[in-house]
Amino acid sequence: MTLTIPALRARGAKRRRRRPLAVTLAIAFLLAAAATGALAPLLAPHSPDATSLLDSLAPPGTAGHLLGTDSTGRDVLSRLMYGARLSLLAPLGVVLLSGVLGTALGLLAARAGGWVDAVLSRLMDIVFAFPSLLLAMLVVAVFGPGLTAPICALAVSYTPFLGRVVRSVAIQEGARPYMESYRAMGFGELRTTVRHLLPNMTPVLLAQSALSFGYAMVDLASLSYLGLGVRPPAADWGSMISQAQSAILQGAPGSGLIPGVAVLLTVVSVNVLGEHIGGSIARRGEGT
Amino acid sequence: MTSETPVLSVSSLVKRFGDVTAVDGVGFELMPGASLGIVGESGSGKTTTARILAGLDEPTSGTVLLAGEPVTGRSRRARLHRARLLQMIFQDPYGSFDPRQTIAESVAEPIRLHLPDLSGADRRARVAELLDQVGLSERAGGSPPRELSGGQRQRAAIARALGIRPRVLVLDEAVAALDVSIQAQILTLLDSLRRDTGIAYVFVSHDLAVVRHITDTAVVMRHGRIVERGDTETILRDPQHPYTRLLLDSIPVPGWDLDRVARDRRALDASR
Repeated sequence: MTLTIPALRARGAKRRRRRPLAVTLAIAFLLAAAATGALAPLLAPHSPDATSLLDSLAPPGTAGHLLGTDSTGRDVLSRLMYGARLSLLAPLGVVLLSGVLGTALGLLAARAGGWVDAVLSRLMDIVFAFPSLLLAMLVVAVFGPGLTAPICALAVSYTPFLGRVVRSVAIQEGARPYMESYRAMGFGELRTTVRHLLPNMTPVLLAQSALSFGYAMVDLASLSYLGLGVRPPAADWGSMISQAQSAILQGAPGSGLIPGVAVLLTVVSVNVLGEHIGGSIARRGEGT
Repeated sequence: MTSETPVLSVSSLVKRFGDVTAVDGVGFELMPGASLGIVGESGSGKTTTARILAGLDEPTSGTVLLAGEPVTGRSRRARLHRARLLQMIFQDPYGSFDPRQTIAESVAEPIRLHLPDLSGADRRARVAELLDQVGLSERAGGSPPRELSGGQRQRAAIARALGIRPRVLVLDEAVAALDVSIQAQILTLLDSLRRDTGIAYVFVSHDLAVVRHITDTAVVMRHGRIVERGDTETILRDPQHPYTRLLLDSIPVPGWDLDRVARDRRALDASR
């Protein structure tokens, strides 16, 4: 165990390189969003579902309703906080599912090669060519609305996105001499792949996952907007935007704009973070 | 097993990649503690031969006997059996370590695989002993590979290969990527390791000066075939095959006649 300490120290020194302001802001925003979602019952001033027709369409800044109310008088701030749960967790589910699937398929294709690679690669091309939203709508049409079906559908359609990257990086990394030297030492393919190849690919996986998180969030918001995702009255940012349509026509854009900005900021933050992780891979590549 | 059994015995080895025959009927024997050079230029099939020995490529036909027993396939048993007896050192000392592991962790890996019953303390002691044997400090052992020089990494690769006490070490251009002064150090290290441990070397190289230093016998390969074999000294002093002469003439020395080398090469290529 003591032997790993210099390596850790070297890594720590690298991390201390100045982090760009945008990345710090992105991390801060994502942490804050996650925290408000987790602590919504404590932080929210009202119940997210409490309607009050007398207070409907209050503009932001109204006493008692900091961000105003929607057309049925529900508090926008409270709904935004509770909405953060589904709006962040659902894309996370998509990313995790497609991450596991994509990594497994990509690694299998890269390491097995031959016809396995050919079949898996063509399969991923086919799924890749199919529009993800269309697939999700198809699945919802079959299984009915709710979050599970669209999450699974999006995960499947995002799998090639990660799988193809994993495959090409695994082929590249697998050709490096250290992988061969482990083979010559008598180690099996599975063990070298899982213990040596995969850990050396994690930055790529993280960067790709961050990008798909952004896509998944927008896609899920679109599904909610179309009324195919979250079932009312449960709050999520996409359905909040969709329910605010009539309010926008009535000259009260707040209840729709605010969740829209929340989606926008989250997606931008995640992408900034992904870019940053991707950039540090490039730097590492120059270093060695 | 008597000392008369060759530790490595290769016969009529053939490897084809599509239409190209990279190795064509190669055969040789290696006695315990001996050192054999495989000489030839790029594309002569020497690296492919080395890779087949290490189990990284499967031969199209032919047999490889290790300590008198045939080795084939990549089943777990075959893999472990082969690796126990034969280890390989690669040309590129920069890429042959997992960048995420310290040198000591990398050196410990094969010991962990082949001697799973060894306790953690014993394994650490063995690693320390190995690092010491190849002249690496404890500090170097605790470093990630990127903090080591090429020569240090090649020392570490040797330590890693020796960890499970193989009887044959295949060195594929093992010093080609190093500075000349570092080359000499590594060759001296290899020499003394062979004297101390009785390990046998298959030394693949295009560098005749290096081969002369490290091997007793040698084979010269061209287009996948062995064109000359014998004592290294004899081959290098009195080459019989025109290709060996050409290789020797290609070394830059005072009074070097580049035109003659080019002429000889054309004549040799035409004769084939």
